[in-house]
Amino acid sequence: MRVEILSLLEKNSEISLENIAETLGISKEAVAAEIKSLEEEKVICGYSAIVNWEKTEKRYVTALIEVKVTPQRGDGFDRIADRILRFPEVKSVYLMSGGFDLTVIVEGKDIKEVAFFVSDKLSTINAVTGTATHFVLKTYKDHGIIMGQNLKSDERMIVSP
Amino acid sequence: MKKYIADNIVNMPTSGIRKFFDVVSTMEGVISLGVGEPDFETPWHVREAAVTSIEKGKTAYTSNQGMVPLRKAIADYLFEKYNIKYHAEEEILITVGASEGIDLALRALCNPGDEVLVVEPSYVSYKPCVVMAGGVPVTVTTKEENDFRLTVKDIEEKLTEKTKVLILPYPNNPTGAIMEKKDLEAISDIIIKNDLIVISDEIYAELTYGRHHISVASLPGMHERTIVLNGFSKAFAMTGWRLGYAAAPKIFIEQMTKIHQYIIMCAPTMSQYAGFEALISEDREEDVDIMREAYDERRRVMVDGFRNMGLSCFEPMGAFYVFPCIKSTGLTSEEFCERLLFEENVAVVPGTAFGDCGEGFIRCSYAYSIENIREALERIEKFVKKIKLEK
Repeated sequence: MRVEILSLLEKNSEISLENIAETLGISKEAVAAEIKSLEEEKVICGYSAIVNWEKTEKRYVTALIEVKVTPQRGDGFDRIADRILRFPEVKSVYLMSGGFDLTVIVEGKDIKEVAFFVSDKLSTINAVTGTATHFVLKTYKDHGIIMGQNLKSDERMIVSP
Repeated sequence: MKKYIADNIVNMPTSGIRKFFDVVSTMEGVISLGVGEPDFETPWHVREAAVTSIEKGKTAYTSNQGMVPLRKAIADYLFEKYNIKYHAEEEILITVGASEGIDLALRALCNPGDEVLVVEPSYVSYKPCVVMAGGVPVTVTTKEENDFRLTVKDIEEKLTEKTKVLILPYPNNPTGAIMEKKDLEAISDIIIKNDLIVISDEIYAELTYGRHHISVASLPGMHERTIVLNGFSKAFAMTGWRLGYAAAPKIFIEQMTKIHQYIIMCAPTMSQYAGFEALISEDREEDVDIMREAYDERRRVMVDGFRNMGLSCFEPMGAFYVFPCIKSTGLTSEEFCERLLFEENVAVVPGTAFGDCGEGFIRCSYAYSIENIREALERIEKFVKKIKLEK
């Protein structure tokens, strides 16, 4: 039941308790209780809207930064990652396999702001040995949602055998 | 102008669906529960296989019976799924939808005057196809109290010396009824005793809920007298590809292939490549499971919805239709559907489109999003309340 509830919420966090209950054939109360414990256990870490900022007035840029770091004795990459993720402009941090160590996704209001973040805040951390910054030009799909696509209309005939 | 047209075509009634469609087409903003096809798109890898075949220039005819690899894939699939064994090269014919299979089978079987038992309520094309094949359609009515299953008694009442063929349409459109093993065993004796041929339309075989479809051809003594019709439309959401197949002993397929080669040549080549991918892909079961689970969810919402508004609603076990009884409203099926359309802007299909015995019922498809279904149910409920107050 947990996995089913989570999949439904992941697809649409606005789905009502009634809908979940009906879909899974369980009571509304049971759904509410399960969601509450999922939240308490931090299995559900938060709810947020997926925004297509390109359609708004807001000026912003997103950058994906490849970061090479020197791992630290005892903590590996965790401590350095922990330092980086505390910056408010950092949206996501991932530990990677391959040619570099961390992927840091940053948002700023313009290129200058992101450049300042990289040169002044990120590169100055002792363990960081190198960075490569890539700016996002266009978002096609985010969190499983296809951006800019209008709702597809039902092209079937209204009545058919 | 009428005199130019052949009598049997002039006398053929227009499909009840067609008539209703003409009415619906004049309206705007209609919420529909009227379609008989999936609301899913064909799985992407299947579409891609067709695109690739076109890119590679695979645009010529295939053999009349269809590509051999596809026929082999079908033979394997039928054996794996339904435990029925066919020789890929001699006993399988790729058709333009299962619809073509119905026509071919009937033309191959009917001598003038041969009687064909047509189980009703059922899909709209059986009777016209029997007539065009020169046969005589004989209606066998299934009843709600038998869960719309076909019983020995139903058959016995209609048997004559001229009875030759039985069309067995399960899982059923429009009722959603299925035939379980015990039901099939019960009728197989009388079929064998009277030396009948069965045309088993199993197009909804993948869409059964809580139990697996059993093919009548898997029963002892039935394989040699059954023509199994199936296709890709419902299982893989491929209605527009027009791809189906017939599986039967060589004596039938040989003759059906003759007709097919003269009127069709072969099923569309790109569709055959797509169908091949659909069957051999390792995603096959998942493709179908996703759709089946979605239908199953909606099925529950539909049945509960109708029962909560006080209409008796048989619980469908297959396909994607519910067939609630609207007799308690005092309206006929057509009155109900027309008034529902004009007063609440909801399109459902009158049961009479699927045979006279569909009077008092409506067919509602749940091949729609849950939101669409809920909205439609709310409007139908409002309408039913209004009708009951009028009484």
